[in-house]
Amino acid sequence: MGKYITKRLIYMVISIWLIATVTFFLMHAIPGDPFTDSKKLPPEIMENLKRKYNLDKPLIVQYFLYLKNLAKGDLGISLRYKNRTVNGILFSAFPNSAKLGLAAVGVGVTLGLTLGIIAALNNKGFFDYFAILVAVIGVSVPSFVLAGMFQYWFGVQLEILPVAGWGKLKFMILPVFALGFRLIAFQARLMRTNMIEIMGQDYIKTAKAKGLSKPAIVVKHVIRNAILPVITVLGPLTAAIMTGSFVIESIFGIPGMGKYFVDAINQRDYTLILGTTLFYATLLIMMVFVVDILYGIVDPRIRIDE
Amino acid sequence: MVDKNRVLLEVNNLKVSFDTYAGEVQAVRGVTFHVNKGETLAIVGESGCGKSVTSQSIMKLIPMPPGRIKEGSIKFDGRELTKLTDKQMESVRGSEIGMIFQDPMTSLNPTMKVGKQIMEGLIKHQKLNKKEAKEKAIEMLKLVGIPTPEKRVDQYPHEFSGGMRQRAMIAIALACNPKLLIADEPTTALDVTIQAQILDLMRDLQEKLDTAIILITHDLGVVADIANRVAVMYAGVIVETGTLDEIFYNPQHPYTWGLLQSVPRLDTKNKERLVPIEGTPPDLFSPPKGCPFAARCEHAMRICKEEFPEKTQVSDNHYVHCWLQHEMAPKVENPVAERREG
Repeated sequence: MGKYITKRLIYMVISIWLIATVTFFLMHAIPGDPFTDSKKLPPEIMENLKRKYNLDKPLIVQYFLYLKNLAKGDLGISLRYKNRTVNGILFSAFPNSAKLGLAAVGVGVTLGLTLGIIAALNNKGFFDYFAILVAVIGVSVPSFVLAGMFQYWFGVQLEILPVAGWGKLKFMILPVFALGFRLIAFQARLMRTNMIEIMGQDYIKTAKAKGLSKPAIVVKHVIRNAILPVITVLGPLTAAIMTGSFVIESIFGIPGMGKYFVDAINQRDYTLILGTTLFYATLLIMMVFVVDILYGIVDPRIRIDE
Repeated sequence: MVDKNRVLLEVNNLKVSFDTYAGEVQAVRGVTFHVNKGETLAIVGESGCGKSVTSQSIMKLIPMPPGRIKEGSIKFDGRELTKLTDKQMESVRGSEIGMIFQDPMTSLNPTMKVGKQIMEGLIKHQKLNKKEAKEKAIEMLKLVGIPTPEKRVDQYPHEFSGGMRQRAMIAIALACNPKLLIADEPTTALDVTIQAQILDLMRDLQEKLDTAIILITHDLGVVADIANRVAVMYAGVIVETGTLDEIFYNPQHPYTWGLLQSVPRLDTKNKERLVPIEGTPPDLFSPPKGCPFAARCEHAMRICKEEFPEKTQVSDNHYVHCWLQHEMAPKVENPVAERREG
């Protein structure tokens, strides 16, 4: 196991380096630089600015300078947010997005799996069609539409929940459901299909031939096998949702990470682009690693032995 | 003769259909047979003839719906199984009737330890606690010839070979010492040397535990190896039943002839081609009203296409459904009996 983890860590470093390299050069291929858009700056000031941020040096030199700092864990200074380091920006915004994201994943997975299991057991019955309906709505209605509807119903009409804001639990409920609804739909659909597939397997017939009751078969034999694909998608999904949603965070006024992904690119804030990208990449790779370990726990066939 | 005291299972005029969008598939169309205590009955026939549906109906394992038992009775040890509720059926399955399936690679739950899969039935039916059940599971693994059962009991199915998995399946099926074991093509997915081992094992265990066996197969070699009596099934009906010797040496139905002639033999002097049965079985959406084999039978007469032949008794245990048995039918030479004598 120790050897396996070491190997995975080495791969992880290599992946991050590759992503950093590709992002670095792609980003510099975008026309313009952080100082081109807004006001016309006098050439001298432009020169000075560029010198300050090392942008006057050849690209390859900038690249190695960046890598040197990255190795120390320093993502640099934001080019657009005055006097703020990229590390500072990420670590102030990430906890908010992560809290929201994890809550949404929690709600999505719990409700989604429950709905999926009920639907599968009620194959072609009322609950099954209900679950399919929820799934279709959840997958096809964009989250900002839901967000707006939630704000209108619960915030404006019923006045039971705040329309926007951040800091207390009550502020979280609407955005969590707006974000999590898609997950509920997605997980329900996935779980339903898996359950139905597993229930047709030979070993379920074996379990039935043993005289086990239907609930015992579902709990002991079906769910554990049906949950494998759910775990697989869970890793990348969690990484994506924890790093924030631009749309949901903007609508509900949440100081999360979502907006930095978008702003960084629009403003060609080089260090912030790299920072957000690498942060997301690292989280994603870690999540995939966690999933691999989890997968082994659930499915002995792919358990990692020494 | 049917001796009431020895009969364990009696299936009478069983009809099973599946309702599909395309219509009703009459998979089993009036099957009657019995199994005595401790004996082995082989049900043979080609794919899709209703063997598996018959056996799974006994256990009520066919998915209902779309499947349904249209009529007939299944009497097991004095009880009418078709009338039992789902709950009552659960106490029969695994405890009084055990079942093993064709493909041991897919018949065990991949995410559960083999020992635990054996223990489940014991805990449910014999009310053993975990420790006792585990001891019994180890004992069962030993009984089916798995070496180092103490270690194997905690392993997962993927750590077992195909033959060992089928042994584990047998251990599961026999754990609660059932009176009847239904083996649905138990050796089809195994290679030949393992097949022989599994058959030996089944025969051994049958002697030790006095279990009756229904063996579903299309392999006449397997039948010759293990069966006491044979039922030949075709298109959802049993066309001929008899003891092993009667079916192999004095078969009466042209379909049985065909089956036997299509088996390669070692004892022929000159090289003979295998004789296939030409054509395909009838469509079970609309089975023929006459003898279902008539379309493929070289001896078919006009009556064969119009009316299903009555049961004719050949000897004590030997029955056949064929118009050739009728006194007005032309004499046809029995090609198999001929061959055996020659």
